[in-house]
Amino acid sequence: MHDIYDFVSGPMVWVSLIIFAAGCIYRFISMALLAKEKDPFLYNYMSPYHALRSIFHWLTPFGSENMRKNPVFTIVAFSFHICVVIAPLFLFAHIILIKQSWNVSWWFISDTMADIMTLIVIASCVFFLIRRIVRPEVKFLTSASDYIILAMVAAPFITGFWTYHQFAGCRIMGIIHILSGEILLAAIPFTRLSHMIFFPISRGYIGSEFGAIRHAKDW
Amino acid sequence: MAWQKVYNGVAEGEIIMTDISGWDWDSGKKLISDISDWKKIYHWVEEPYVSSDGEKIAAVIKLPDDEVFTMCENGVAWENAFDRVWYPRFSPDGRLTAFISDTGEWALAVDGETAEDKYDFAWDTRFSNDGKNIVYMAQKEGKYFAVVNDVPWEKVFLNMTGLAVSNDGKRAAASVQTVAFKEADIVKFQEGCYSAVIDGVVWNNNFVNVWDIVFSSDGKRVAAGVRTNLYDYTVAIDGVVWEKTFASVWDPKFCPNDGSVTAPVRSSGKWFLAKDGQIFWDRKFEQLWHHMYSKDGNKIAAIVAPQFGRWTIAVDGKIWGATFGDMVTDAVFSPDGSRVACLGKENEKWTVAVDGNQWDEYDMAWQPVFSPDGKNVAAKVEKNGRYTIVINGKPIKEDFAAVWDPVFSPDSDKILIKTIETGQNENKYFRRVMPVADITG
Amino acid sequence: MAESVKNAAAEITDAGIVGGAAKLTPEKIEKVINNVLKAEGGARLKTYVDICAHCGLCSEACHFYLSHDNDPKFSPAGKVKQTVWEIIKKKGRVDVEFIKRASEIASTECNLCRRCVMYCPFGIDIAYLLLTVRRICHKLGITPQYIQDTAHSHSATANQMWVKEDEWIDSLMWQEDEARAEIPDLRIPLEKEGADIFYSVIGPEPKFRAQLIYQAAVIMHVAGMNWTMPATPGWDNSDMCMFTGDFEMMARLKKIHFESAARLKVKKIVMGECGHAFRSVHDVGNRALSWKMPPIPVIHAIEFYYELIRDGKIKIAKKFDKPVTFHDPCNTVRGRGLHEMGRYVANATCETLIEMHPNREHNYCCGAGGGVINCGPPYKMSRIDGDKIKAEQLAAVKAKGAQTIIAPCHNCHGGLEDLIHHHKLDMNIKFLGDIIYETMEKPE
Repeated sequence: MHDIYDFVSGPMVWVSLIIFAAGCIYRFISMALLAKEKDPFLYNYMSPYHALRSIFHWLTPFGSENMRKNPVFTIVAFSFHICVVIAPLFLFAHIILIKQSWNVSWWFISDTMADIMTLIVIASCVFFLIRRIVRPEVKFLTSASDYIILAMVAAPFITGFWTYHQFAGCRIMGIIHILSGEILLAAIPFTRLSHMIFFPISRGYIGSEFGAIRHAKDW
Repeated sequence: MAWQKVYNGVAEGEIIMTDISGWDWDSGKKLISDISDWKKIYHWVEEPYVSSDGEKIAAVIKLPDDEVFTMCENGVAWENAFDRVWYPRFSPDGRLTAFISDTGEWALAVDGETAEDKYDFAWDTRFSNDGKNIVYMAQKEGKYFAVVNDVPWEKVFLNMTGLAVSNDGKRAAASVQTVAFKEADIVKFQEGCYSAVIDGVVWNNNFVNVWDIVFSSDGKRVAAGVRTNLYDYTVAIDGVVWEKTFASVWDPKFCPNDGSVTAPVRSSGKWFLAKDGQIFWDRKFEQLWHHMYSKDGNKIAAIVAPQFGRWTIAVDGKIWGATFGDMVTDAVFSPDGSRVACLGKENEKWTVAVDGNQWDEYDMAWQPVFSPDGKNVAAKVEKNGRYTIVINGKPIKEDFAAVWDPVFSPDSDKILIKTIETGQNENKYFRRVMPVADITG
Repeated sequence: MAESVKNAAAEITDAGIVGGAAKLTPEKIEKVINNVLKAEGGARLKTYVDICAHCGLCSEACHFYLSHDNDPKFSPAGKVKQTVWEIIKKKGRVDVEFIKRASEIASTECNLCRRCVMYCPFGIDIAYLLLTVRRICHKLGITPQYIQDTAHSHSATANQMWVKEDEWIDSLMWQEDEARAEIPDLRIPLEKEGADIFYSVIGPEPKFRAQLIYQAAVIMHVAGMNWTMPATPGWDNSDMCMFTGDFEMMARLKKIHFESAARLKVKKIVMGECGHAFRSVHDVGNRALSWKMPPIPVIHAIEFYYELIRDGKIKIAKKFDKPVTFHDPCNTVRGRGLHEMGRYVANATCETLIEMHPNREHNYCCGAGGGVINCGPPYKMSRIDGDKIKAEQLAAVKAKGAQTIIAPCHNCHGGLEDLIHHHKLDMNIKFLGDIIYETMEKPE
């Protein structure tokens, strides 16, 4: 058990971080090169002002017509995205581990806050799951991979919560927690989660087309 | 149609060079006609046209108190008037032509004389380089044909587009519909219902489309861009297609000296220049079109976009340093083929570029004209609604209400400028010959 | 109502699709699809497919989805799933029946109106994805018959309606004659080199709606514009090849159009009230030729009329007194943001403007755009059924008192007319040009 723990909390962290970082860079550069080769004109239409304008609108809760039409989804989606990033990055326990390993640290949130945020992530995942099952327009688009990705996102949070609260089998859960976090991190560049990298680009591009060329809103 | 002519700089140059030595090249300014006088009589005077030698100015006029129209040349109206007059054009040898109609029938009138044959419609007047021969399109009873020196083709067609005329004006060609098909019969259409016709004789084979027909300089051969199905484009010469097909093709051209045929072709999303079916220039472009030969046939220049959204000229595949964002048009070789001039547009402003060097900015500019010795370039330009002539980037001192393309004298020393003035001379049309040195200093 | 379309896969009768499919083999389909994906499916296609979170948030943007009682098969992403995803997942190994249905989905169940683009949080250009499907269908030769016929006309005549060279000129002269009965010194100046404005229209104007040319001539005349129209091919700014995916022909058409204007040395092109043609000249066709922006500025009629009224070149004698509503064509709002200028003109010429909802960028499509109406009779009912929501929107604005719909786009007229007729809405439709012509001060 200890060996496994050492393995997942040691080399595997590095592996997942490297896959994540290198993967992001690789995906970004290969896409940029592909664009240059196949749709070189795209670069000509990027307008920083209109790109940022569009990104800003879509990063503002209820900043678009569609968000106002779907208030529950908007609240859940924003809460989810905020928590899914903030909770792991600013969790005291994570920061301690990093401090021990690399002697760097930063600001952290209270454990209560982390708990709440974790629960928000888990609840959001449940919401997304239910939505996928009950909403016909979402169900129609859903394939097994969507459930797997949802599970991959939820897993580190569920196991993290479990471990922190020392529920039964928390040692194994701790290992699963680390492992699932690493899998999630490594998966980001290579799954639909890559919208993390490409959101600003796809949003910025369409914002530029709508704003600079078509003089219209895109929200 | 006329839209092909504008880029055909060399041929246009030849028109002027044929017989201009007999023109009045003595320096000086000559009042040809005062359009105010016409307006006093006729009230309705349309936009004027001038002859190449500048000796004549003409416009469509309406006779007062009558719903009939005619042409007025240097203040003198044609004897007859008509229900309609349109498309006034001077032939290179100075004859005034226009299409006229009476009781719904159309004919071409030349210097007021109308041919006996009338048509249901007639359009697109063309001239031989020397102006002696006149060709146009006509339609009678729903059938289409060309008329060469008042003689209509015997063979008529369901539809005909893209008239092409040989340099000597004796031969005419066009794209014709050879097979009838019903409305929305897409199967039949894709089997090929179009071909090229030359002097009434159709090529043996049909194509899905035939465009951009061009004669060789001796008028003996004809090339066209064709589409053999919805996807394969190539060039056909006298009905024989290149072995290779491409994703698209623009107007083919004959080389004046060896008879080879070149055309811009699209392959793998880029444009190339192809010669006799093989990629010819060693580089690709985002766009390549309106290629042209120097008079001796030794050089080829083309309008190209070396990268998306930037335009310039390539001579034998080598591009200028200067590029333009909006567009490049009206390219022309100097008579000896050593220089190229064109119009470039950037941020809504036009300029003239000669061998990559740019002149000032203008609101509009017309195709540059080289002097016969190739040393000087002149162009008509517009700025703030006023027109003038610029030579080698230097404008002449005055500007005008209207100007026509300048013409250099055969010895290249003088320039003929045709203008309508303003102020005291408002509405007065002058022909003036100026020493080039007076302008270029 | 949804039933008529739901089982469409089993009942495809369109001669273009059926005839084209008869020549297809799975091998050819695979080869063509992979050629298109390899040669043209660039970063956009890949990114859009990679990042789509399958969230379904685009659904409510689509009038087909809303009109079919939220049937997910008609949602934007639903249509992408039934076409693009499947094609990519199977690496082109799809059967003939699949591709027949894909052609129908892409060409007749999506107007490429781009409303869904505004609803996707990632800004995925779903219209582009379905246009890529049309491109594949073009390459496979299974484009619906009627729009394919239009593409043929474009290739043979450089206009949409098989108008011959002389017929075009003759139509202009005829309209000039007609207009001279009203304004004796009016001209439609043909081939006037150096004019300020090149006025271009779409094929149906000389063919079916010649009075629009008459009205435009009157407006130009009264406003004192220095304008011209070409007597050569290149007068038609429309472009169904853009919508069949025949991009090579689209490029040829735009070349002829812009070069006609360049030849006549005009400062700008003013175009009639057409939506798709504007899309083609403003940001699609020009790009296919490597022109970043139109080489000669193209001003849509809405903007042109706005300028004329703003600058006092056209004065309104008596406003249109029946209440009107304003339908924003997708290609002039999401394509050029002309909604406020349109309203400026409507307010300047009409007593009462009643807004329909949603409006401006969020307006519902007329159902005809994107080449759907051009797919002709076989798809008329699916088109009308697919835009029930538009009829409801119109009924609501009618209940508020609007009797006349101003729609500054030809296709919108076609689509709205069919909806009004089918749903017995008893409203009439006008172009801005109709209203201006009716209300403007004219010389005695």
